[in-house]
Amino acid sequence: MLQKIYDWVDERVDITPLWRDIADHEVPEHVNPAHHFSAFVYCFGGLTFFITVIQILSGMFLTMYYVPDIENAWKSVYYLQREVAYGQIVRGMHHWGASLVIVMLFLHTLRVFFQGAYKKPRELNWVIGVLLFFVMLGLGFTGYLLPWDNKAYFATQVGLEIAAATPFIGDQIRTLLAGDPSIVGAQTLTRFFAIHVFFLPAALFGLMAFHFILIRKQGISGPL
Amino acid sequence: MHRGKGMKFVGDSRITAERKANLPKDYSEYPGRTEAFWPNFLLKEWLVGSVFLIGFLILTAAHPSPLEQQADPNNAGYIPLPDWYFLFLYQFLKYQFAGGDYIVLGAIVMPGLAFGALLLAPFLDRGPERRPHKRPIAVGLMILGFIATFWLTYESVSHADYEMRAEKYGVNVEAVESTIDKEHPGYAVYEANCLSCHGDALQGQGNYPSLIDAELTVDQVKDIAVNGVGEMPAGIFGGSDEELQQLAEFVVQAGGGEAGGEGEGGSEEGSSGEGSESESEEGSSEEGSEGESEEGSSGEGSEEGSSGEGSEEGSEEGSSEEGSGSEE
Repeated sequence: MLQKIYDWVDERVDITPLWRDIADHEVPEHVNPAHHFSAFVYCFGGLTFFITVIQILSGMFLTMYYVPDIENAWKSVYYLQREVAYGQIVRGMHHWGASLVIVMLFLHTLRVFFQGAYKKPRELNWVIGVLLFFVMLGLGFTGYLLPWDNKAYFATQVGLEIAAATPFIGDQIRTLLAGDPSIVGAQTLTRFFAIHVFFLPAALFGLMAFHFILIRKQGISGPL
Repeated sequence: MHRGKGMKFVGDSRITAERKANLPKDYSEYPGRTEAFWPNFLLKEWLVGSVFLIGFLILTAAHPSPLEQQADPNNAGYIPLPDWYFLFLYQFLKYQFAGGDYIVLGAIVMPGLAFGALLLAPFLDRGPERRPHKRPIAVGLMILGFIATFWLTYESVSHADYEMRAEKYGVNVEAVESTIDKEHPGYAVYEANCLSCHGDALQGQGNYPSLIDAELTVDQVKDIAVNGVGEMPAGIFGGSDEELQQLAEFVVQAGGGEAGGEGEGGSEEGSSGEGSESESEEGSSEEGSEGESEEGSSGEGSEEGSSGEGSEEGSEEGSSEEGSGSEE
């Protein structure tokens, strides 16, 4: 039955090459922890992706309750945390996942750097990876404000002051992010929400797609 | 790939009508003990992922994610602290030649150089050698950057008093879910004189103590309201003697002095068990507090807030980021 459905779709759309390109490839011996335990360092990239998936899923569930508005943002988080079934777990996964994804990204970056895996022909993939790191830090910065507690509010003020220190265009950057040259308020919260939920994830997905296509195309770097 | 004449397609599409055998690729040419990703290796990855997920869920269940009091722009005594992965930059800006007048150097130029070098690493370290000891400059700079980042983060964490922060800035659950009697005549007096510091549910905020478990007598409250106590200056209360009496009775009642037993017990039990009851109670009290807190912050609240700042500035070190930068 399943085979017939697959064949029916495959005849019309020719999907076999699509999934074969993704799934049907070899795993070399030197990256396989079953053969060399020290190869666990190759897990960091995959774990980063795994946590990113957790972040996407838990974030989608968080937006079911979260209200990006200064009157209700904190109350909605508080309600989610204390009243909603498993709300504390879902928010906890998103909160701790944000820290873990930075840790894993850091370890992955160090692994690639110390192995010199960014050298020709993989320069582009390194650049894309560092851009992914920046996007993640941006997600961390914008997501920090959303619960609208004192920690979030005052840390964001510090962050915006740092952004405003940019020569020539500092005030413009600050206004673009915060919605106002001096106030951190309702506009800031909605902007950070939009950046956190729409702009940066879009950039993240695009860059991740490039990152993975390049890995598949070039193969993983050889043993040292 | 088939080219030229004789090609057959499915309908008028570009999909070829010829079916090819669905054979896996031949990996035998690759050196070493190569393994197919699908499905062999993916199953092992799945195992690693499951173990990781279990550890992650244990962390999540053991440490609920923190939530401090609702943001209050007038809270002048708050010491800001970013999330740990920005602490290195936050700490860096506290040094003399990185913050203050040199903020462009510390906030833009130095991080820009460091992250720029990271971004362009493949074009800076161009040699063909991959082993770390064969490219000492690149590896040395990376280790230096790693140590600097780690040390700055450590410095910042060691200066921050997380226990104090959790205690002082954490949410007072009893206050948020309390059932303060807002119809009491004393509440209007409280709102006009005390709310801007002690909060709309007597829960306190920042350095201002909660009044819920104060366990004071009526006379004590009257005395404190007029003459102040500790860091609280005298002369905060500005009303008639009758209002002072109402205020003191209200605070004592809410604080569990004489008749306040209900409110406290109810809220504690409500949060643990009976969801439906506590929800409905909370809903009504929240609606009430929204309207009133707006009034408070627009009028007298802000004036008193600023007078409170003045008295506390001496005790608070580095209340703002700039202040701490110039001090060190």
